[in-house]
Order: sequence, then C-alpha cells, then structure tokens
Amino acid sequence: MPAQTFNRDNPPAIGVELRGGALAFDGRAVFKDLDLDIPAGQTTCLLGASGVGKSSLLRLIAGISPEATARHLGASDGGPIAGRIAYMDQRDLLLPWLNVLANVTLGARLRGEAPDYHRAGDLLARVGLADEANALPSALSGGMRQRAALARTLMEDRAVVLMDEPFSAVDALTRLRLQDLAAELLIGRTTLLVTHDPLEALRLGHRILVLRGDPAHMSTPLEPAGTVPRPADDPALHGLAAGILRDLAA
Amino acid sequence: MDIARRALISLAILLAGWQGLVWLTDVEPFILPGPWLVLASLAGHLELIGKHAVTTLLEIILGLLFGSVFGVLSAVSLSWYPNVRRWLLPLLVVTQAIPVFALAPVLVLWLGYGLASKVMMASLIIFFPVTAAFLDGLRRTEPGWLDLAQTMTARSTPNGTTASQRWALLRHIRIPAALPALASGLRVAASVAPIGAVVGEWVGSSAGLGYLMLHANGRMQIDLLFAALFVLAAMAVTIYFTLDWLLRRLLPWQPDSLAHD
Repeated sequence: MPAQTFNRDNPPAIGVELRGGALAFDGRAVFKDLDLDIPAGQTTCLLGASGVGKSSLLRLIAGISPEATARHLGASDGGPIAGRIAYMDQRDLLLPWLNVLANVTLGARLRGEAPDYHRAGDLLARVGLADEANALPSALSGGMRQRAALARTLMEDRAVVLMDEPFSAVDALTRLRLQDLAAELLIGRTTLLVTHDPLEALRLGHRILVLRGDPAHMSTPLEPAGTVPRPADDPALHGLAAGILRDLAA
Repeated sequence: MDIARRALISLAILLAGWQGLVWLTDVEPFILPGPWLVLASLAGHLELIGKHAVTTLLEIILGLLFGSVFGVLSAVSLSWYPNVRRWLLPLLVVTQAIPVFALAPVLVLWLGYGLASKVMMASLIIFFPVTAAFLDGLRRTEPGWLDLAQTMTARSTPNGTTASQRWALLRHIRIPAALPALASGLRVAASVAPIGAVVGEWVGSSAGLGYLMLHANGRMQIDLLFAALFVLAAMAVTIYFTLDWLLRRLLPWQPDSLAHD
C-alpha cells in the first residue's frame, strides 16, 4: 500500500523553532537558554543520558510540561505549535476500557468529531493489527500495544510527531521491527524522537543531536549518510554509535 | 471447587455449630432457638415475613438508588468545580463525624413513619462512601492519559484549557478511569444500605423486617425474630453479590488480579 492512501490529509511539513528553553528544579538549572530547530519533513533524534532533560524538552514542545519554559516556541511558518503535534510516549497509554479501534480514534472523540473508522482500519492494517481491532489492550503483547499506539499517533495526522523513547519498553527484535515500521510511516513528517539508544537514533534520524552537560547544552548536529531506516547491521553505524556513547559518557 | 459448593459447606458447618451449641448448653428456646425451630417459624410465618421483607427490600433498593445517584453527582461536581471542592469537601468530612443513626429520630419526625424516612436514612449512610470512592478515582487519573488527551485537544489559539476541553477529558478519560473506584464505593454501599433501612425501622415504623424483629422480641417470639433476621441477612447477601456480579460484567477491563492467586 502506498504511503499516500493513509497520509492523504498529510498537512504541509513545518519545522519547529525553540528559543531560550529553560528548566530548573529546586534552583538548579537542568537546561537554560537552550535553542532547538527541528527541520521540516525530517526525523530529528535527540540523545542524552537520563536526567539530562531530553524528555522535559519534548514535553515543553508538546505543551504538557508545567515546569519548563521557552522564550519563543513556534512553527517555521510563523504559526503556533499547539494543535499541530501528535505525541507518543514510552508507555503505550492505551485506555484499558477501549478496544484497539476506539483507542486509535480517541483523538476525534475527544474533539467531538466523527471518527474516520475507514482510515483507522487502514492504519491498523499498516501496523499489522487488522485482526486485533476489537481486542482490549490487555489482550495484546507489549509490541502490539506499541504498534497500536503508533497507529493512534499517525491517526492524529498532525504536521509534527513527538516521540518520547517510543520503543524502549519492548524486546530488541520487536524494537528493530517497530523502528522499520515507524521510519516507513513517518516519511515526510517532521519528527522529534527522544531516545537513549545511539543505534536507534542512527537508524532513524536524518539529524542527530546530543543533549549533555550541567546545565545541558545541545551538541552540533550529526547528519549520517544514507536513507532511513539505515540497516541495523551496518558496521559504519556501529562505529558512529560507539563514538556517541563515548560522548554521552564524557 | 465451585463457589456454590463452598457456600453450602460453610452454611452446613455454621448450622451444625449452632445446633451443637443449643444441645450442649441446653439453652432456653426464648434465649437462643435452634436452627430447626427457626426454620419451622420461617415456614409458619412465610406470608407475614414476606410482606415485611418486601417493604425493607424496597427501602434498601430506593436508598441505594438515591444515595448512589447523589453520590455520583456530588463527586462529579466536586471534581469539576475547585471552589466547591475547597468549601464543601471539609464540610462533607465533618458531617461524617455525626453518627447518621443519631439522626434517625429526627428523620422519622420530619418524614414520618413511612417509607421516606427509611429511604432517606439508607441514602444518607451510603452517600458518603460513594462520593468519597468516586472522587478519589476521579482524582487519581493516570497523568500520562491526561497529557496525551491534552495534546489531542489542544487548539491553535492558546487561551488555556476551555470548558469543552475539560468536559471531554472528564467524560472520555477521568470518569471511565474512575469507574473501578466507583464500583468499590457501590459495593460498600450495598453492604451498609440494609443497616440504614433497619435502623430507620427500629426508630419508628409500622412495617419492615426491623419492625417485625422489634415486635417479635417484645412478644418473646425469639424464633420469629431469628427467622426475620435470617431473611434480612439472605437479602443483604443477595443484593451484595448481585451488584458485585453486575459490576464485574460491566467492567471487564478491570480484571481481578487475586482471582488466580
């Protein structure tokens, strides 16, 4: 199935601009005066050790961080970001009382719109859950639940997709498959993917940023060669991953 | 072993112990009648007990209905209006310090000897457990679900959270997520509602199992008192398990994690 069938309403790609991001806990600055540019239509991967504030930065852009602030947060077309993002968490956040189809169409119901069940069915087929549409989340495996969450994220059909360690809770093989699936389905969308796994960032990211230090600052972007998803067994990727790990540990 | 067989065995052991106690102590039947005597009394007064049982059952069910509906409405209002919560919640907790049973004579004075005072009594004692349990559930919504819903409902015009957004979150996320907590409150309600109805009958009434028990006690018909008590207990247990079964059917996504322990 070509990508256009389920991306038919695909909104025009926009970039995200963040200026002067700041976050402090108990007077200690986690990051301050932080700038971030997410280029339109590409996947930007943000790496960092735990506690460095990378999830908070993503939540700041998503508009769900009460603690972090920004001097300026907007889209590259001059418009606002609110209402133009889709958010995917490390936890699948599927509502246990709704079946998979109802979970995937949750956004429309929350907004008081009629859900497009046809498109939801297409998306579920794309993530391999066509037969599980009527199943409750508790009946699914961890990988299936995360695929349902991916379908729900894409169902929102927003210009910007924010993913917070989306595949960290599944086993290694499932993770590789989910990365391939995500790369395929996110083509042309502006994506920020936060991860602690350098190899994941190198497989999926057009651009890779590392957040480190105290207070944290952003590294110069790394732009590996090749199209995403890059093969997991590429020796060059593993060489780069080792370099990033050294950077993170430094 | 299935639940029915276990229940029967428990009942048989209880009855045997009771009969054994009567034989051993040779106690007078007007102090403690044996199970056979009670059973005979039950069979002999079936129509009388049945008539009073219907009254009590009606009081319990109406009390459950009104108490639960008002409990649910008050929990939703308290969660919706922060100001109402700040003013009314402490007041609500303080009123719980008043033993509701102490209000029974006042309720009978105001609402009369009939059904209304007993329904009010039962409603009052279940109102708080239902409100408290549901409000607690409404407060403990998984923050991740709310974050997700927030990104889904965010508008391009950033003017804070609108009432329609809050309502959508309440209706689609908070209330369904709090239903298991409400179910716990309703189970408590089902077990205390009969107490309310019977206390109401003791204070002042002309019908109901509580009335019949007082009446029988006054005439030293202790076997009849026990028969009425037995019917009351059977009714309360039936109400509890019917509600429990219904709630399990309605909330299949909330499995009993002790079921296979």
